[in-house]
Amino acid sequence: MAEDISPRSAPFHWMQKVGRPTARPHFILQLVGVMTAIAILLPLVYLLIRAAGAGVEELWTLITRPRTLEITLNSIGLAITVTLLSALIAIPLAFLTVRTDLPGRRFWLIVTTLPLAIPTYVGSFALIAAFGPRGSILQLLLQPLGVERLPSIYGWFGATVAITLFTYPYLLISVRSALQGMDPALEEASRSLGHSSHSTFFRVTLPHLRPAIAAGGLLVALYTLQDFGTPALMRFDSFTRAIFLQYRSSFNRNLAAALALMLVLLVLAILALEYRARTKAKYYSRGSGSRQQQRRIPLGKWKGLALAFCIFITLISLVLPVGVIGFWLYRGMVSGGAGLAPFQGTLTFAFNSIYAAGLAALVSTLFALPIAILAVRFPSRFSTSLEVCSYLGFGMPGIVVALSLVYFGANYLPALYQKLPILIFAYLILFLPQSVGMVRNSLLQVSPTLEESARCLGRTSWQTIRDIVIPLVRPGIISGAMLIFLTAIKELPATLLLAPIGFRTLAIQVWLATAEDAAFSQAAAAALVILAVCTVSTLVILSQEYRQGEKNGVKSRG
Amino acid sequence: MATVKKFAQLSAGVVALLTTWGVGLAGTALAQTLTIYSGRGEALIGPLIEQAEQDLGIDIEVRYGDTAELAIAILEEGSNSPADIFFGQDAGALGALAREGRTVELSDDLLSQVDERFRSPNGQWVGISGRTRVINYNTDLVDPSELPDSIWELTEPEWRGRVGWAPTNGSFQAFVTALRLVEGDERALEWLRGMQENDTIIYNNNTAIVEALGRGEVELGLVNNYYLYRFLAEDPDFPVAQHYTRGDAGSMINVAGVAVLDTTDQPEDAEAFIQYLLTPEGQAFFAEETKEYPLVVGIEPPEDQLSIDEINPPRIDLSDLADLEGTLELLQEAGVL
Repeated sequence: MAEDISPRSAPFHWMQKVGRPTARPHFILQLVGVMTAIAILLPLVYLLIRAAGAGVEELWTLITRPRTLEITLNSIGLAITVTLLSALIAIPLAFLTVRTDLPGRRFWLIVTTLPLAIPTYVGSFALIAAFGPRGSILQLLLQPLGVERLPSIYGWFGATVAITLFTYPYLLISVRSALQGMDPALEEASRSLGHSSHSTFFRVTLPHLRPAIAAGGLLVALYTLQDFGTPALMRFDSFTRAIFLQYRSSFNRNLAAALALMLVLLVLAILALEYRARTKAKYYSRGSGSRQQQRRIPLGKWKGLALAFCIFITLISLVLPVGVIGFWLYRGMVSGGAGLAPFQGTLTFAFNSIYAAGLAALVSTLFALPIAILAVRFPSRFSTSLEVCSYLGFGMPGIVVALSLVYFGANYLPALYQKLPILIFAYLILFLPQSVGMVRNSLLQVSPTLEESARCLGRTSWQTIRDIVIPLVRPGIISGAMLIFLTAIKELPATLLLAPIGFRTLAIQVWLATAEDAAFSQAAAAALVILAVCTVSTLVILSQEYRQGEKNGVKSRG
Repeated sequence: MATVKKFAQLSAGVVALLTTWGVGLAGTALAQTLTIYSGRGEALIGPLIEQAEQDLGIDIEVRYGDTAELAIAILEEGSNSPADIFFGQDAGALGALAREGRTVELSDDLLSQVDERFRSPNGQWVGISGRTRVINYNTDLVDPSELPDSIWELTEPEWRGRVGWAPTNGSFQAFVTALRLVEGDERALEWLRGMQENDTIIYNNNTAIVEALGRGEVELGLVNNYYLYRFLAEDPDFPVAQHYTRGDAGSMINVAGVAVLDTTDQPEDAEAFIQYLLTPEGQAFFAEETKEYPLVVGIEPPEDQLSIDEINPPRIDLSDLADLEGTLELLQEAGVL
């Protein structure tokens, strides 16, 4: 009997052929989608122009030298391990915080999201301070036992752990919003047919989460490829580190561009993999669109273990970095006698950060919607290529995107160069797929029959999007906007080069204080304010989500 | 559908904001302002620039960033660069801009004030402050009597696994370039290989080395002279001290310096600003605040530090430090990068 309940034969839309909606995508939808894709390809154009400036022989030497192969393999290995580890952390966390009676569920919901707000360079620094071979907190604790030196954290191990700890929330948020958007009737049907919670999870829930896991995993993998801060601090020889090196020590823009183009190929390969992992399966049910209250699974004897897991992850990914930051601040304020000086100006910086990151979140969400709608509702080679384009910027190192906009901005748009719109545009290129992915997942869970009915009842396609689609994909829109806000607020290379002069953000402040000055207390103050801003905004967004959930619950009961 | 309305209102608001902001900023940009791209941090030069604004009566705005990234940005900006002055952390970046023809020759009045060792031979840039390469060591782990007199001692078994360096760092690479200039490529390669085989520990930059020295993670580090003082300012008991290897590339002096860019529309203001940096007050500021060496003849070095003559740095043409390509190749050949 049990075999019959597997998704393939479940009595929902699974096996039906994809019914192609009769309506064509709205013209404006297509136009915005195409414009966005073209805009995002600007960095690629820049890279091609620059790489073409290098001699053939020079390029050949670069491509064929053994080191290029080494850094390629290093980066691929890193991306794979980080993604797998993140999945091992994020999927259980998402399930625990959404579907179970975990004590303090809402508290864990928030704190497990927050590591995303910690810039990886700050987080890596904290990990080194805590677990470094000598003089770290752990070594000092173990010293009475005769431990003079810990095994080295540097290299592959440290880089993997650090990036995982501060990027797993990508997967977490993605999976969580899919869990929230899933029709509880599916799982209830499974249970009423005699399946335990356990087998329902593996046979119904997990397969339904597949697109969300793929989308979140994609973000983690691409972030890993383009991250510079962690490989630099953990002394891991990644592809992006090699690109930075090429810029910084030889001023050779052409060879750096050639390397960056190779990285783009790697990104495309990962995108192709993700695309192959997609199925034609449907992830919506015949539901009415209003959600029922989801049942919470009692954890029973597993409660202790579940709590321990949450506590452990929170301790190393949030409490530890915050503790180290707090210690720097304390040292500067008390022993260094700086008093409140490290906080000077942080209010303005915080305002600037919120303003820029908030704008980035809003604008990116606006541009992500058409791409996601086209990709899900009007699948074609055309819409797929739009979606692929939207991901390219996220896989490129920030410095590459920044320099491409420096080039195009200064030479072709001087009136806007180093003005806020260009900075927001850079954020759009860098972070758009975070929103595209989230909206796409939400949309996959909404049955197109609702839209078809709306069209039948005389709504225009624009009205349908406004009145039906957007309200239903709200969880995806919110998660996407939140992700963009959290990542834009800590973005550095593009902000340094493209922000209006004197427009100081918290991330710039952190960098300025650590880069040349070693003024750790100032850096710590700004980093703490970043965290505070992110905590408050996460709280606001989640509470909104919660209220919405309550309303829906009430509706369906009534 | 209240959310949809809100969404639409918000978007309209965003567009309005973006437009007004853009127009507002475009307006301010018309005023005459001297624009500096600075690879030097704000904590170091911010107060000096504020003072210069008052004393010279010109508006100055500064874009802070990484020295190399800013130099590349200037190259990418081409003829539309908003920058008037580039203030770089090392001679290499200044040399790179000069090589691409993006700098203009400075007046003899400015050039003649600075010791000729510390400026461009064809007047394309001028050094403002000097930093020496030094050895920092953990005072709990290393006895002053065992400190090396030359960088070559560090390749001996005695120092195996005890020394830290930062091969990707600009200052370090400038030092290797100096080593090549002084002793030749062969010897430089030999030294790099010796260090590599001696398990020298790699760090990301000078700050990371000094931080690790404080923790006792490593005992000796090849760094610049001024980092230590910033750590001491936050923690007076920081267990690290300074040591010089005299007369070899290990104690070379590199400069932070300025160049006027070919895109400037106010060359007089730019020269006035540079002159301001070269006044006794400006030079004393670097000695006191940043613990760097003044480069104008006749001004005292920072307190508690050896004078340039006592250090006896190797004589090299700092413009040659721009040959980083060769150094990178060497570092890669030695397997360090």
